Amino acid sequence: MIEVVGVGKRFGSTQVLTDINAVFQKGKVNQIIGKSGSGKSVLAKCIVGLHKPEEGKVFYEGSSFHDMDRDEKRQVRQEIGMLFQGSALFDSLSVLENVMFPMKMFASMAKSEMEDRAHTCLKRVNIIDKDKLFPAELSGGMQKRVGIARAIAMDPKYLFCDEPNSGLDPQTSIVIDDLIKEITDEFKTTTIVITHDMNSVMETGENIIFIHKGRKWWQGTREELLGSTNTELNEFVFASALMRQAKKAMGL
Amino acid sequence: MKVLFHIGRYFLLLRDTFSRPEKRRLYWQRTLEEMDLLGVQSLGIVALLSFFMGAVITIQTKTNIDSPLIQGWVVGFATRQSTILEFSPTIISLILAGKVGSNIAAEIGSMRVKEQIDALDIMGVNSAGYLILPKILGTMLFNPFLIMFSMFLSIFGGYLAGVGTGIVSTEDYLQGIQMNFNTYHVTYALIKTVVFAFIIATVSAYQGYYTVGGTREVGISSTLAVVYSNVVILIVNYALTQLLLI
Repeated sequence: MIEVVGVGKRFGSTQVLTDINAVFQKGKVNQIIGKSGSGKSVLAKCIVGLHKPEEGKVFYEGSSFHDMDRDEKRQVRQEIGMLFQGSALFDSLSVLENVMFPMKMFASMAKSEMEDRAHTCLKRVNIIDKDKLFPAELSGGMQKRVGIARAIAMDPKYLFCDEPNSGLDPQTSIVIDDLIKEITDEFKTTTIVITHDMNSVMETGENIIFIHKGRKWWQGTREELLGSTNTELNEFVFASALMRQAKKAMGL
Repeated sequence: MKVLFHIGRYFLLLRDTFSRPEKRRLYWQRTLEEMDLLGVQSLGIVALLSFFMGAVITIQTKTNIDSPLIQGWVVGFATRQSTILEFSPTIISLILAGKVGSNIAAEIGSMRVKEQIDALDIMGVNSAGYLILPKILGTMLFNPFLIMFSMFLSIFGGYLAGVGTGIVSTEDYLQGIQMNFNTYHVTYALIKTVVFAFIIATVSAYQGYYTVGGTREVGISSTLAVVYSNVVILIVNYALTQLLLI
């Protein structure tokens, strides 16, 4: 479980996040949603420790991340798997080497064991016979899947996905969403997905946090989302034509 | 104030770079890769430059001291001294700052803007150590060989140009390059080389590591890496000369 308490973040004189409080539950797909520029990615970066918040704390299983020493932080980070918006695969490494990378850095395994584990992870995300290809030779969807394979290579306790569907067609987006949901159930990870894709929210969101103007505006389940009377949330949720039609059909 | 900020951040980056590596074997493997990329692959340009610079030094020395009062060996002597003391360690290092420095800044800068450095950090890898330390070790270990190679080729280029054009005899040139040879000058040149290699790797890595933005900013970081490396090399060159030669 990850808990965020009173987190605030400034860049120069611009206050990006203000007093964010949230609990991200284990074994669930927790989603942070909001418009572009609302501060959701900054919040995610504060949670994983890429940004240090000026106010508040982030707790991993009750321990304050920002109060940990360097080694303790590294220990927590080794339990984090992250899928980046642009996949962030290492250009100079092949698909197999990318997935093996965290094991090479931290695991005491023989090379053959690492390869077996990497193959298992790649198979899990339906990437077969692409071991020797380089990231530039893969489609966007495949890169995302390799990114997921790398993220799960070390059996993470926490899985972060930053805009996993950006730049993907609707069908591939569904594949990625399903994979994230399946992996969360299978590995019992505390999964945090940053997204503004309402399809994804309606497909997989179990604990949804809406960030607006750097503040937590709303929190609830996807069932509660549709019936919410929160104006800003409704504006965001029903911004797409598809969602407007769904709203009409439901008589909301 | 901005200069102080950058100096402070540079030293903090160095602290992270030299902190305990996760797996020494992996770092050593990466060091060998960097020696190949940054060192071995610079052999061509170093050879070309050294050979022709040596030739030009010989011809220019001869044309500028063409007096019956000056003995023939002076041309070889001047070529050797210019090459060992300044041309090979300093000028070649400045050129390497352009080739190797821009390579380092562009590679690390691209990794930064593509979130690959964030990926390393989130995995718990010391990204500064993993990316920068092998480059520092690679350049510091290999550049002395490059510079020795440059010294040899420059003096050889001078010989071919001098003897080939007939402005100096083989005997005079060989006598000149052996005249009053002080091995400390080679030590001094190699000390400078190692210090300059450290400057090239760290200043360029600093520029790349803190790149913010996109491809345009990677280009800017690359340019700044070359400019700042050159400026620092020139200042340190003066300081080292004062310290080690006087």
